Amino acid sequence: MSHSTTFMPSTETIFEKIGENTMVVNMGPQHPSTHGVLRVICELEGETIIQCKCQIGYLHTGMEKEAEYQQYQKCVVMTDRMDYLNANGNNLAHALAVEKLLGCEIPKRAQYLRVILAELSRIASHLVWLGTHALDLGAMTPYFYVWQQREYILDLFEMFSGVRMMPSWIVPGGLRGDMPDGFEEKLRSFLSSFPKELEVVENMLVENPIWKERTYDVGILSGKQALELGASGPIARASGVPWDLRKSAPYSSYEDFTFDIPVGNKGDVYDRFLVRIAEMKESVKIIAQAIDGLPAGDFRTSDRKISPPPREELDNSMESLIHHFKLWTEGYRPPVGEAYAAVEGSKGELGFYIVSDGSNRPYRWHERPSSFMNLKALEILAVGRLIADVVAIIGSIDIVLGEIDR
Amino acid sequence: MAAPMAGEERLDVVKVREALGDALKKVKVDRDDTFLCVERDRIVDAIKALKDDPELDYSYFAECLGVDYSAWPHERDLEERFEVVYNLYSLKHHARIFLKVGVNDGQTVPTLKHVFVGAEFPEREVWDLFGIVFAGNEQTQRFLLPDDWVGFPLRKEFPLGGEDVLFDKGEHGPAVEDISRPHAGESFPGKTGTEEVSGR
Repeated sequence: MSHSTTFMPSTETIFEKIGENTMVVNMGPQHPSTHGVLRVICELEGETIIQCKCQIGYLHTGMEKEAEYQQYQKCVVMTDRMDYLNANGNNLAHALAVEKLLGCEIPKRAQYLRVILAELSRIASHLVWLGTHALDLGAMTPYFYVWQQREYILDLFEMFSGVRMMPSWIVPGGLRGDMPDGFEEKLRSFLSSFPKELEVVENMLVENPIWKERTYDVGILSGKQALELGASGPIARASGVPWDLRKSAPYSSYEDFTFDIPVGNKGDVYDRFLVRIAEMKESVKIIAQAIDGLPAGDFRTSDRKISPPPREELDNSMESLIHHFKLWTEGYRPPVGEAYAAVEGSKGELGFYIVSDGSNRPYRWHERPSSFMNLKALEILAVGRLIADVVAIIGSIDIVLGEIDR
Repeated sequence: MAAPMAGEERLDVVKVREALGDALKKVKVDRDDTFLCVERDRIVDAIKALKDDPELDYSYFAECLGVDYSAWPHERDLEERFEVVYNLYSLKHHARIFLKVGVNDGQTVPTLKHVFVGAEFPEREVWDLFGIVFAGNEQTQRFLLPDDWVGFPLRKEFPLGGEDVLFDKGEHGPAVEDISRPHAGESFPGKTGTEEVSGR
């Protein structure tokens, strides 16, 4: 295959210049404001961007190929590593897709615990976004405040699973284990302290003249444009689209909880900031309702062909022993067909499209990556803005390169 | 909310059938999801019919993806080797619909990026991983994979790993065995990966 072997960043191959007397500026893939290994190439006229292209793939690890060689229960650990800031959301989307293929019902308790984990993940993800976004625009202080709160959430995940960032705790069939002792108290103390801590950070930015100068009227996206781009989640909502999958297509008992969908009206960087702040407050409401109304019952389905039998049963039931053995050696075999299940992740619609050929491994395993679809907005929003605004726009889109490249 | 119905069938299915006629080959309902199998050349018409109709308002383009059915042991919806699956969502009715087209090697699927600008990235990804060409969105450069990658990894015949990737004669995988040029990380020729050292 003919290609050049130089490792110098070449921009000629990526696009042709459209203007005269313009300058091409390369940003990334190693750049603190690109939130990972994103490479952005901008053509500038003076300081104004007239063309912008994203180069991705530096983190591509071929997870979709790998999954075709793994049993369903082993695919779970790959989902965490896609959007690693919202790992529980990915686990949930994958579990729902596999459960749709299997046609299995999940006990109410497991559904509520899933909601708690997913919403905690959403808060943690938004906190990272808030800290880094503010840091990009020169506000250093919020970073330390939000990191403290995120540590607390990661501690909660650690109580559940022993793992801080990649819990893999939501599996097809329910959860891996029940809520641990002491979790409820710790969660409740978080729920009472977090809104105050969030307010501290919010007050640092919301009326801050420098912050407003950098974000107000920057990167305006209309609602129609957002939908045509395939942009979802906080980006679409900031542009005035009142659409949230938790409301419009409730999964995992979201219909039991009362919460609002924050919607912006302008669709600029500032609106996206406000929407995400408001979403964190709504998440706190959902978690409080879920923990208050947590039903008794099992944390996984009673179908022993999908989820393992309890340890005690193995000592006195031969059937349980067989199920245990079959499950961990062979896994389960969903019926032939294809299924798509989507959840409202922290960055937008997060879905899994799985094709089963009746074997214990997926025939095709695909994630609908929200950041990947949202990223296209950058190429459109940056045009006509100053080079300094690119940093603000990337931050407001909230990308995770692990999910974009997979 | 569910999709609006027109008698027995979903309204969107009826509308697509009106717009396409025989080009709508099959309607499949699997686990509450509706899949429309459409003639490849008419996919843009089908999606425009869904998008532009104010009664349906499929204004959100979720994604498109490829599937390689060459190792599929069961009955198929379409005859061609690959399928491209489009995923659209209507915000008016909060309904989802899937459209499928079949494509073989050497054939092209019309691009959708003029209807939904967001289709550009997923189409590039499908080309990069499956080698399905989208007419109007042809690529010369790799998207997710390295620039010197050979082959399309999500095709079923492409090996996951092992020798075939690393030590192949240039048919699969990163072209590290191309000894006409020193490969990445090699400061002088003949040290790694050549026959003399590996004994092959």
